[in-house]
Amino acid sequence: MYAQMVKSTGEGVRSLDEMDPQERAFQERIDANGKIEPKDWMPDGYRKTLIRQIGQHAHSEIVGQLPEGNWITRAPTLERKAILLAKVQDEAGHGLYLYCAAETLGVTRDQMTRDLLSGKMKYSSIFNYPTITWADMGAVGWLVDGAAIMNQVPLQRTSYGPYARAMVRICKEESFHQRQGFDIMMKMAKGTPEQKRMAQDALNRFWYPSLMMFGPSDAESVHSAQSMAWKIKMNSNDELRQKFVDLTAPQADYLGLTIPDENLKWNEEKGGYDFSEPDWDEFFDVLKGNGPCSVERLEDRNRAWDEGRWVREAMLAHADKKRAAKLAAE
Amino acid sequence: MATDAQLFEWLCRMGDNSLVLGHRVSEWCGHAPVLEEDIALANTALDLIGQTQLWLGLAAEVEGEGRDADALAYRRDVMDFRNLLLVEQPNRDFGHTMMRQFLFDAWHIEMLRALKGHDHAEISAIAEKSLKEVTYHAERSADTVIALGDGTEESHKRMQAALDRLWPYVGEMFLSDEVDRAVCDPAPLRDAFDDRINAVLAEATLTRPDSDFAHKGGKTGVRHTEHLGHMLAVMQYLPRAYPDAKW
Ligand SMILES: [Fe+2]
Ligand SMILES: [Fe+2]
Repeated sequence: MYAQMVKSTGEGVRSLDEMDPQERAFQERIDANGKIEPKDWMPDGYRKTLIRQIGQHAHSEIVGQLPEGNWITRAPTLERKAILLAKVQDEAGHGLYLYCAAETLGVTRDQMTRDLLSGKMKYSSIFNYPTITWADMGAVGWLVDGAAIMNQVPLQRTSYGPYARAMVRICKEESFHQRQGFDIMMKMAKGTPEQKRMAQDALNRFWYPSLMMFGPSDAESVHSAQSMAWKIKMNSNDELRQKFVDLTAPQADYLGLTIPDENLKWNEEKGGYDFSEPDWDEFFDVLKGNGPCSVERLEDRNRAWDEGRWVREAMLAHADKKRAAKLAAE
Repeated sequence: MATDAQLFEWLCRMGDNSLVLGHRVSEWCGHAPVLEEDIALANTALDLIGQTQLWLGLAAEVEGEGRDADALAYRRDVMDFRNLLLVEQPNRDFGHTMMRQFLFDAWHIEMLRALKGHDHAEISAIAEKSLKEVTYHAERSADTVIALGDGTEESHKRMQAALDRLWPYVGEMFLSDEVDRAVCDPAPLRDAFDDRINAVLAEATLTRPDSDFAHKGGKTGVRHTEHLGHMLAVMQYLPRAYPDAKW
């Protein structure tokens, strides 16, 4: 997902009996669907895991601007240009809400940014794939935002108050992102033979990377079990992936496009589709920084940051001068 | 009273300014110095593209040849573009981008004010709607020019360089010809423009260049800079490569 393979304490979930009274009260509040707020006591592991998860999510929104930003200057109509601009602007806003939510846990946006730029903190694997044709704007909205919604809707009920509230604002905008993507896909799939070819090609390239967004199966993962006990992860990766495939397969049919999976088949018994796993070796390669665009994405972010230094410094210096002048006048 | 041909020409001038500047600003997407600036730049670009749809939409209607705003934006070549030379200048650095925005906004806001209440009801309506957005653009670009002009030694140097570099493109905004005079003469707006920018430049500790030299040829379409063709090559690529496609 936008936060993939986030490590928790790694110790496994403890029962209420094993906890001291403070932690027990904390866990009981979560079990009763209460919210944890910034000033409340929380276990160190909860705080650290959340910082990692929210930070990664925020970075994904920021880096996620790049593959779509790649087509803003080439959008084929004024309306498409405006819609894409609005969408990418939303993503920057999502980044902002999420950095603010993470800051309530005691990290600064600057620190998180430095960790992103140095490669220490990750962002979603999906944004390391290139956007090659205009149909990719359709595929990204339809599949990538679609997959993000699967994960983010349940996170509106997550236990950490600021995170849950950020998710509520974000989810309102995500459904528009998904719809505009589907709409582009529709125009392409029902368009000229060349457009249809681009649409199919985009689906071919984005299908498995979209499935990877949910992360490998975590049925056995102690990290996931702890995160679920803390309600900062609401569903297992396999559950969400299944839901995504079940929703998307009929949409592909409707578009007249073919999902690149020979094993994709409705399974009456389980009430869902059977489908092939993505290539997890590729996924781990991407996480290691070997995605098709991994180097470019980080290079881009670093260049923007370095070239913007003089602006940030000047704005601070000007604000300081103004403050000093105001003090002197008082 | 303007003829339809004059009206069309004038509407293309307004629409092309918004289109070309909106496009330039959108080139920043994801690369601004801070997240807040990314959002603000996208917002400005979005407003300008919206205004483009209105101005070029009306231009197409006046022309009555079955074209629409997209046809005007995506199917005309450099010779038929009517934007000011200022707005086709490349982004260069953030300082140039904001200085270009500031100089244009200071003209734009006075122009839209003058157009509000115009006899032509649709022109008046578009001006009124745009004025709300441009008032905000002008405020923001002025604040940024002040902050960066005054900020550090380096930022001051960069902003002065940007001002010096862009200054020769200011004069064209106030040149007027038959077409302008048929709808709204920009020449009388120069004083208000000067007052506005002088105040900001003073606060920004920047020196207004002495020279009155002005490049021209953008809004008449006689001679654009080399930059515009490259922008159009990118912007128009899809509709040109797939002329039968609907998007
Ligand atoms: Fe988002
Ligand atoms: Fe989104």
